[in-house]
Formats: sequence, structure tokens, C-alpha cells
Amino acid sequence: MLNFLISRLFSALLVILGVCGIVFLFIHLIPGDPVEVMLGESARPADREALRAALGLDLPLWQQLVHYFAGLVQFDLGTSLHSNRAVTEILAERIPATVELALASLLVAISIALPLGTMAAVRQHSAWDRGSMVVALIGISIPNFVLGPLMILVFALWLGWFPVSGREGFGSLILPALTLGTALASVLSRMVRASLLEVLNEDFVRTARAKGLPEGRVIWRHAVRNALLPVVTLLGLQLGVLLGGAVITETIFSWPGIGQLTIEAIQSRDYPLVQACVLLISVTYVVVNALTDMAYGWLDPRIRLGRGG
Amino acid sequence: MLRHLPLGIIVVWALLALFGALIALDPNHITLAKILHGSEAGAWLGYDDLGRPIWDRLVLGAQTSFLVACGVVSISAVVGTMIGMTSAYFGGWLDHVITRIIDIFLAFPSILLAIALAGILGPGIENVVIALSVVSWVGYARLARGQVLSLKHREHVQAALALGVGPWTIMVRHLLPLIMAPLIVEATFGVAGAVVAEAGLSFLGLGVQPPEASWGSMIRDGTRYLLVAPHMVLAPGAALMLVVLAANLFGDQLRDRLDVKSRFHHK
Repeated sequence: MLNFLISRLFSALLVILGVCGIVFLFIHLIPGDPVEVMLGESARPADREALRAALGLDLPLWQQLVHYFAGLVQFDLGTSLHSNRAVTEILAERIPATVELALASLLVAISIALPLGTMAAVRQHSAWDRGSMVVALIGISIPNFVLGPLMILVFALWLGWFPVSGREGFGSLILPALTLGTALASVLSRMVRASLLEVLNEDFVRTARAKGLPEGRVIWRHAVRNALLPVVTLLGLQLGVLLGGAVITETIFSWPGIGQLTIEAIQSRDYPLVQACVLLISVTYVVVNALTDMAYGWLDPRIRLGRGG
Repeated sequence: MLRHLPLGIIVVWALLALFGALIALDPNHITLAKILHGSEAGAWLGYDDLGRPIWDRLVLGAQTSFLVACGVVSISAVVGTMIGMTSAYFGGWLDHVITRIIDIFLAFPSILLAIALAGILGPGIENVVIALSVVSWVGYARLARGQVLSLKHREHVQAALALGVGPWTIMVRHLLPLIMAPLIVEATFGVAGAVVAEAGLSFLGLGVQPPEASWGSMIRDGTRYLLVAPHMVLAPGAALMLVVLAANLFGDQLRDRLDVKSRFHHK
């Protein structure tokens, strides 16, 4: 078990290092001069050189990379080109909003997907099964930048139940969470259905039925519990889609999180900030996946006890 | 009949994109008196915030999405398949390095990387294709690698090796035909993904620029006039959903048709 944990941790670290390197290279190799952005095109060459030296941009690429990694180790992500504040400080302000949105969407997704997928699997080939899978397919096919405006139109403008945008109170969370959670709910309900269908053929389900347990208890206590294990792992992978979707959803609803910050930073060509946002989201994704893998190893006795250590 | 609907929608989309220019269209014609007007004779989808006919712009947007989808899917499928096959066939340190690179790319939420890339590269349809190809090759590479790993010890490959056939010929003539089916299915889903991603980038203002049209930028323009002119969002939104849904359904059908394993199970 310990070996498994250590090797998983090590490979996660390696991936994070790779992600940092790729983000750095993309930003630095692609044309576009941050100094020109900051000073404008009419700046004097001497001023440009001075600023370039102050930012360390005159050094060879490998030295910049070393500086960048040295900064990373000390949680120093540089200074925003526009507001002149520490990037970490700006990120810290925006993180709570995105975490709130992500958790709420996850909650929406699970509370839709679990009953939908379970009912579909239990009554395989029924009208309910077909219907819920059609709903899931539509949910996957409707992009959140179509669903979001539609929700605003119906629930905010026509019915007036929720605010159109912004982040003020619980009401403002509902539409963004529904928008972001719907796609995940669709993917998840397909997974729950597939996983449960497999489990329902297992011997222990037959045993549970044979000893006369009521069907509800067989499904929820014996089958669903075991079917959820693989779903949890896949949920970790889906988090990446969720975080990517958050960028668009936050833009639609003016939700002041990391996603909106990323777009603002891209539009103002604030390179250190773009770099930090991409890095933060990617590292979150890697860490969560490593944790789900470990949790999976812990939850499943076959993995926990199978590998010595 | 209903079974052919997904393919039908895709064909209509492709025809509109390829031959849209032949229909008398005027996507940039401005009629000031008709700003935000709804549907009427001669412009059945109404007009946008600048008084341009929405149907004409929708066809222009179909061209954008079709062009991007074809570009992204063909580039990423060819490059990804080549990388994946090479990696699996030669094995050793090369495979090790490529697997690591694939892992790292999979560690990015792909749309986020595309957003960042498109933002840095600047707007324009070529840059959208580049940004999306950079993130999409990984899926094909992983698929091709896995397939070749499971096939390269087959007897016909060993026979070809024994006859002195070179590695590239073996890959193209003896392995590629066997892994085509899953790759085609992946590419079909890739079309749906590319269409959504292009519209997403354009929605964020990182895709094609005016006067070109994209369904994504049309939706973005429309969100400002939701209450007075919902048709500005509904028309491109419905078009987008229809194409994506059709591509996803068609992918499912292809998978059922081509996937030998699942066909076997059903019988």
C-alpha cells in the first residue's frame, strides 16, 4: 500500500513539473512581447530595455526557466503586469468563488445522475432507460454557453426567480451551478448506468436476492455501493472538464472566479497572470486525480491488500 | 428513416458550408430599419443587433465551424495516430518519453489549454485550428498506441517482419487498416468536440473576428439582447446543438456498427 502511495505521489509530482514546464515554454516561445504591451508601441527603446532587464526577460531562456522554478518553490508566481500586485494575492481573492461554484455543480451533477443512472440500469431497455439516456445525450450535446444564456432568459429575465449575473447570496449561485453541472450530470449518469449494469450481474447481487432481501435494499446497499467505486475514479477525470467549463460559465454569469480571471488576463495580455491561472487549474486537476486514485486504492480492499507493503 | 437523421443533419451542415456561397447570401448587408427585428418574409430568422440577416450569418458560421472541424480532426488524427503507432511499435525509451508527454497533456483540462493558446496566439481561424489541434492529438495517440501494442505480436506482423518488410510499411500496410475502425469513431466524436470548442473560443472572443461569423460569436453578441431579441441566441444555439447532437449520435451508431467486440456481444 505504501509503495502504491509513494509511486502515485511521485508520478503526480513529475506530471506537475511537466505541466509547469510546458506552460512556461508556451508563454515564452509564442510571439508577443509583454514589454510592448506594458509600455505601448511608442515607448523609447531605452525604457523598453530597462523594463526588460527589470523583469528578467533579457536573460537566456534556460535562466528564466530556472528563475521561474525557483520562484514556484517559494510560491512566488510573479507580479501582474497590469495591477502591479503579486499574482498569488490576486489568485487568493478569486479561489473561493470557483471552489464554491465547482462544489455546487458537483452536487447538482451527483443529485441528478445518481437517481437517473440507477433507474435506467435497474429497468434496462424500458422506456425510462431510453428516455433518461436521451436526456443524457442532449445534456452532453448542449454547450454551456448555449445553456447558460437560455437559463438566464427563462429563469432570470422571464420568471425573475434568480439574478442575471454576479455573486451575491445563494440565489446567484443556482443558475451557474445548474449550467455547469448539467453536462457533468449527463456524463455521470451514463457512467452510473454502465457501472451498475455490470455489478447487477455479479454473484453477490444474486446472493443478496436469493436470501430474500427486499429489492430496494439489494440495489442501494449492495449494487450501487459497489458500482460507485469506478465512478469515483472517472469523476476525478471529469473534474478537468468541470474546471475548463468553469472558465466559460464564469464568463457568462460574471462569476468572479479563476475562470473569469483567466479570460480577463488573456484579454489584457497579462502573461504572468495567464500562466498562473493555467498552472493553478492544471495542478488542481493533477492533485485531485492523484487523490482519487489513492482514495480508490484505499476503498478497494483488492488494491489495498493485494500489493504488499 | 429516423436512424439516418444524424447523418442527414451532418450532410446538410457540410453542404451548407461547402455550397453556402452559391446561394445568394448577404451576411454583411446592414438594414438599419430592421435592427433586432424578428422573423419575417425574406429573412425567416430575423435580424441581429446591426441589422444583418441571421440566416445568412448562420450559413457563414456553418462554414467556419465546418472548416475548423475538418482542419482540427484531420491534423490531430494524422499526427496523433503517427505518434501513437510509432511509440508503440518501437517501444523502449521512445515509448517511455511519448507516454510521459501524453500523460502531461492529459493532465491539462484540454479546453483550458486551448483557451490559453488561442489567447496567446491571437484571434483568427488558423490560430483556432492550431490551438485545438495541439490539444486534440493526444486522444488519437493514446488510442493508436494501445491498439498497436495489442496487435504488434500478431502472426501476420511477424510474418512480414520475417520477410524483411520495413517498419513503416508494416505500420501503414499491416497495422493501420486494423486500427482504422476505432480511430474513425474517435474522429467522429472529435468533430463534435471541435465544433463545440470552436464556438466556445469564439464565444470568449478568441476565435474568428468580425465580419466573419461563428455560431459562438453570434451567441455572444446575442446575450446582450436576450430580452428584446432572444432569436439572436436561439438560432445559432439550435444550429450548434443540432450538429453536435448529430455528430455524437452518428459516432454512437458507427461504434455499434464497427466495433467488432460489441457487435459480438449483442448477438
